[in-house]
Amino acid sequence: MRGDGIGVNKVVVSKTSLLTRLSRKKKVNSYENNLAGYVFISPWLIGFLLLTVWPVTQSFYLSFTDYPLLADPVWVGVENYTKIFTKDPLFGKSLAVTFSFVLLSVPLKLFFSLMVAMLLNKSLKGMSLYRTAIYFPSLIGGSIAVSVLWRNMFDLNGYINQVLAWFGIQGVGWITNPSTALGTLVLLNAWQFGSTMVIFLAGLKQIPQELYESASVDGAGKFRKFLNITLPMLSPVVFFNLVLGVIGSFQTFTSAFIITKGGPIHSTYMYALFLYEKAFKHYQMGYASALAWILLAIVASLTAINFLVSRYWVFYETDGGKK
Amino acid sequence: MNTLHRGYSKVTNHLFLTCFSLLMLYPVIWWVGASLKKTEEMRLPTIWPEVAMWSNYSKGWNFSAEFSFGHFFANTLMMEFWNVLGGVLTSAIVAYGFARLHFKLRGFWFSILLLTMMLPGQVTIVPQYILYNNLGLVDSYIPLILPHFFGGGAFFVFLLVQFIRGIPRDLDEAAKIDGASVYGIFLRIIFPLIKPALVTVAIFTFIWSWDDFFGQVLYLSSVEKFTVGLALRMFIDQFEIQWGQLLAMSLLSITPSVIVFFLAQKHFVEGISTTGLKG
Repeated sequence: MRGDGIGVNKVVVSKTSLLTRLSRKKKVNSYENNLAGYVFISPWLIGFLLLTVWPVTQSFYLSFTDYPLLADPVWVGVENYTKIFTKDPLFGKSLAVTFSFVLLSVPLKLFFSLMVAMLLNKSLKGMSLYRTAIYFPSLIGGSIAVSVLWRNMFDLNGYINQVLAWFGIQGVGWITNPSTALGTLVLLNAWQFGSTMVIFLAGLKQIPQELYESASVDGAGKFRKFLNITLPMLSPVVFFNLVLGVIGSFQTFTSAFIITKGGPIHSTYMYALFLYEKAFKHYQMGYASALAWILLAIVASLTAINFLVSRYWVFYETDGGKK
Repeated sequence: MNTLHRGYSKVTNHLFLTCFSLLMLYPVIWWVGASLKKTEEMRLPTIWPEVAMWSNYSKGWNFSAEFSFGHFFANTLMMEFWNVLGGVLTSAIVAYGFARLHFKLRGFWFSILLLTMMLPGQVTIVPQYILYNNLGLVDSYIPLILPHFFGGGAFFVFLLVQFIRGIPRDLDEAAKIDGASVYGIFLRIIFPLIKPALVTVAIFTFIWSWDDFFGQVLYLSSVEKFTVGLALRMFIDQFEIQWGQLLAMSLLSITPSVIVFFLAQKHFVEGISTTGLKG
């Protein structure tokens, strides 16, 4: 047992779900069973209908209207969409910014957190202390307080430049410079790799040690083991983190809102910030709804592409005929 | 195995991990020092100030003429109380339904639940705002608290379902033979047994709602109702930022989350890993 401090629990795998599948056959869906089931899931179901289904359909309708919030919505057909695609330079700009942010921060975070997870997967004394220290930034990273800290540290006279000055490097105003501002946000995002790392760690603990032992017998080196055992066995977890990472970084808001306010010259004008300003600064609810639906379409297609491509690289252990 | 070699690699591992931990924590350490610095000292690359300016804390605490930070902390903690209560209670109820009961369309609803985890919040935010606006609930805590009473979020339900599936069914069966109903089984057997997982739900709910700046900026507009996050934003928007005071208050603003984390850190990390990603 490697349990120390923040031990990682054994994940309940398919055996139990097989049992439930078998026992379900025997059960009859009686009236009482149905009633009890729906009574228990009703909090979620009501919330789902009220705060998800209704708003999603409503926003689809609103995306075809002109709606300044104080007056009634007026049907305008596809005008919002044509305006967004043909006349709004900020749409293309914010999309480009968001795509570069996602393309930079997701792979960086995945790579970084996997490396650290492998490091923390060793059995060493005091490992729980290291884990806590490394997890700590992720605990606080999403808060506005850390955005404040970041803004100060990357200022022209900020801490980062003072350290660089020791090495004789003349720093720039990282946040006020259009070519580096987005980089500081990517770095802040990567600094909070904790939860991705913990999920990797849980996945690493699932890999049977025998695989490594028999590979050692065959004379495989560390790198070969990583390439031929760790990566394939971990690929479902990598996939999970990839999908959620893409969806999550598409919605980055607080850091862009507090640290850079979307500037300078829109170099950090994230899509979520664009949408927020349209809706709650200019009160163009119809226009913002159209933006939201375009976001949904983009995120959905990216997720679909991820799932399609996953067939070629994600490796699932065969589990009794299950794919 | 070569023990000498192993001992050597252990030392390098420790050395590397210590350096890496320090690197990760470095901004936080600097932050603590900077919160005690004078404005002029802020530009020096030293970690610790020559003279600690404790007044950064007292002045920052009362930066707003109307309310002290105590008021904003009280607001946020009040909201957190309801969020955590709602999240813990309803996620347990919903998860029990999905994990143990057999009803029509269970699989369908569960897939929908998982799908909602992937739905970007921005898609629902505009109509939700309009809904709350029509009900006259904008500039109140209701829009921030209410969602937690609807199952507490798909992620938590999923986490608890996985946890309940790991509890042997024999316990349920035994209670059933003794004449307990599904409600009795939930209250007397399952609910007490999932307490460790519920601690995770409580901690996550606490920290995530503390950091849910988007929702707070959207729904709270009068200073009287501001949360700590919004108060910090008001601080930044001042004409000339007092960085020492601002950093001091920012540091204070993360302390509740840090305390909660250290009180229950064992459950915290375990909770993420019991979600059962494989299978």
